[in-house]
Amino acid sequence: MIKKFTGTNTAELQRAIDSARHQLGTTSGMVLTLIVVAELDEFDQALAACVQAGREHPSRIVLLTNGLARADRLDASVRLGEDAPGEIVTLRFHGALRQHRETVVLPLLLPDLPVVVWWPGESPADPGNDPIGRLGTRRITDAMGAPDPIRALEVRARNYCPGDTDLTWTRLTRWRGLLAASLDAYPMVVESAEVRAAPGNAAGHLLGAWLSDRLNLPVRVDHGGVGRGVNFVVLAGEEGEIRIERTDGNMAVFAAPGLPERIVALTRRDLNTLLTEELRRLDDDLIYAESMAALVRRLDEHE
Amino acid sequence: MAGPSAIVLFGATGDLATKKLIPAIYDLANRGLLAPGSGLVGFARRDWAAEHFQERVADAVKQYSRTGFREDVWQQLLEGIRFVGGDLADDAAFIELGRVLGELDRTNGTGGNHAFYLSVPPAAFDIAVAQLRKHGLASKKDHSNAWHRVVIEKPFGHDLASAQELERKLSRAFDPSSIFRIDHYLGKETVQNLLAFRFANTLFEPIWNRNYIGHVQITMAEDIGIAGRAGYYDGIGAARDVIQNHLLQLLALTAMEEPTSFNGIDLSLEKRKVLGAARVPADFSNHTARGQYAGGWAGGTQVAGYLAEDGIPPDSTTETFAAIRVDIDNRRWAGVPFYLRTGKRLPHRVTEVALNLRAAPHLPFNGTDVRNLGTNALVLRIQPDEGVTLRFGAKVPATTMELRDVNMDFEYGTSFTESSPEAYERLLLDVLLGSEPLFPRPEEVELSWQILDPVLAYWAEQRTAPESYPPGTWGPPSATRMLARDGFSWRRP
Repeated sequence: MIKKFTGTNTAELQRAIDSARHQLGTTSGMVLTLIVVAELDEFDQALAACVQAGREHPSRIVLLTNGLARADRLDASVRLGEDAPGEIVTLRFHGALRQHRETVVLPLLLPDLPVVVWWPGESPADPGNDPIGRLGTRRITDAMGAPDPIRALEVRARNYCPGDTDLTWTRLTRWRGLLAASLDAYPMVVESAEVRAAPGNAAGHLLGAWLSDRLNLPVRVDHGGVGRGVNFVVLAGEEGEIRIERTDGNMAVFAAPGLPERIVALTRRDLNTLLTEELRRLDDDLIYAESMAALVRRLDEHE
Repeated sequence: MAGPSAIVLFGATGDLATKKLIPAIYDLANRGLLAPGSGLVGFARRDWAAEHFQERVADAVKQYSRTGFREDVWQQLLEGIRFVGGDLADDAAFIELGRVLGELDRTNGTGGNHAFYLSVPPAAFDIAVAQLRKHGLASKKDHSNAWHRVVIEKPFGHDLASAQELERKLSRAFDPSSIFRIDHYLGKETVQNLLAFRFANTLFEPIWNRNYIGHVQITMAEDIGIAGRAGYYDGIGAARDVIQNHLLQLLALTAMEEPTSFNGIDLSLEKRKVLGAARVPADFSNHTARGQYAGGWAGGTQVAGYLAEDGIPPDSTTETFAAIRVDIDNRRWAGVPFYLRTGKRLPHRVTEVALNLRAAPHLPFNGTDVRNLGTNALVLRIQPDEGVTLRFGAKVPATTMELRDVNMDFEYGTSFTESSPEAYERLLLDVLLGSEPLFPRPEEVELSWQILDPVLAYWAEQRTAPESYPPGTWGPPSATRMLARDGFSWRRP
């Protein structure tokens, strides 16, 4: 059921949710509140990703956009039992209310459950101190949603606060898994490492920072790759090299010392999958924190 | 079904009468629980004809009744509706009231059974009771079997001394068993269910003690401000308005031992025992908190701060948020703090009792796997989303042993599709039946004041304004610190 409201307030929305629950006979059983801060043109894509993530993590999704009306007004819709197990509340803020969005979101948080804030597009420079960001125990940004992703990631790194993660990091999960597993299987002292990624690719930047932090050596990051996303990683030592090369954004070639080359599926994953994965862990990501700190150190050295 | 009787509503044109009492009387009639010929007499300072009051009653029923308007039920009710206009100090009005009641007794067969509902400001209780006594409407000794009952609403005084004074005055006019103090919370289905939950099940009793429960939080939050009740609220404040009655009653029902039976005397005996063992820890600066809402944006609208509300003096130190810690000195609860909080202009309307269990003595898991795990909790949701929630840890489906809190919910509205009667329906029926268990007795009222009085005195000594909090938030920082000091944090209800 979808109910729409013009010029509403949280008390009315809460009553609508309660009565819809009673009519549908659903018990809540939800695991988190997901706040999504989007621009109007990102709305549909963000909503689709939320619905998808809601299948694995039944949640109350509160989707925020700013509207264009002059009046200080809140428009909203409440959807229950439509296409996802949880509840979707969309809020559109007009006029002066756009400066006070957190006062509308706070009453709509589910009792006691973790709160995750997600900015699918541009995010505030300092999410942990943002009025909406402060409501969350976890904050998910996406540097690739910004006009200059590398710069966005650097700003994220400088303002890191526990509970932050960026989807750039989630995009690297498979790469990191493969690299760490291959070093376990073919132990060697890594003497040099290099990453090559597409121009403007923030993930390559972060992968370099992670490697330099873990291996404790400088890592060269080349943004001249011709393929999409991260193209190439090599870890070299006396015994040979561990190498992953992906040029079509889909299948990669994997090589390790003393082994024939093999192919690995390393498909670039869509937003829905990334968000779903990110919602699995609701505690601080320590390795991410250390990698972001390494990124800051590198930036400082270059200055 | 209640026997034939007449209800006299003092303050019949007020908000409570219109929105709650009159609709509840109609709903009782509609459910067939009101004897035919029952009387409803409105008393108010208005120069109205009976017909005009009947129209007002009809409007109230159409707008607010739970069970829907039915013409036949309305016709039955209409036969007994009367109106008496006048001031409480006006002798002629009470003589007229006596005449109207006498006439109802003869024509409608109400048999001299009268319930006087004082839906008027507490300052007017004295005069109303005195007038009823003076005009022989409250006669204690009646040769027939007829009864005269009086119903009063909180606040029952503003401290121990005034509560005792009120009690003396009431009992001069009415028999103690004829005085009904309404705490409408106790009429709520979910509060009554608390008794069923505790004493009809075997599952919960073994953990209902200090060995398993770490601390208890009882919250009653309202999202509205004082909304035109300035005259009543200022100088009273959140603690007297809510903690003294609703929250301490909820505490008593949560913490008391099993009563021998659910009759009024046995139930009250257990409540008195537990209230008698309860106290606020002596260091009030660390174990109490008070706040006053500021102006700003809340829930999508711009709202005024307390001091800017109509009729509030700009230097008022009345608190709109109050939180206290209560310790209960008995074997079952020693060392288990009960935290009580209430406030206006909080994020949303909710009342609940949350029992937080102790942490598991040992967790055979990796540190990082259980970082998302809180302690188990049992939450009794009183309103608006009535039910019970049990929170426990479960494994997140994935290849690692990662744990997270999940909720198991019981929802009243879905397990019982019949809508719950309004609290006032139940309580009015109990008044007419003379059934007492759901009404706090004077001893309970006095014990509650005994718990709260020292805190109120301490606050008054401070001579400072309560800490301000932004509207639509969970109260002032001192409330957060109060729990942090004990190693806990408030639940987000």
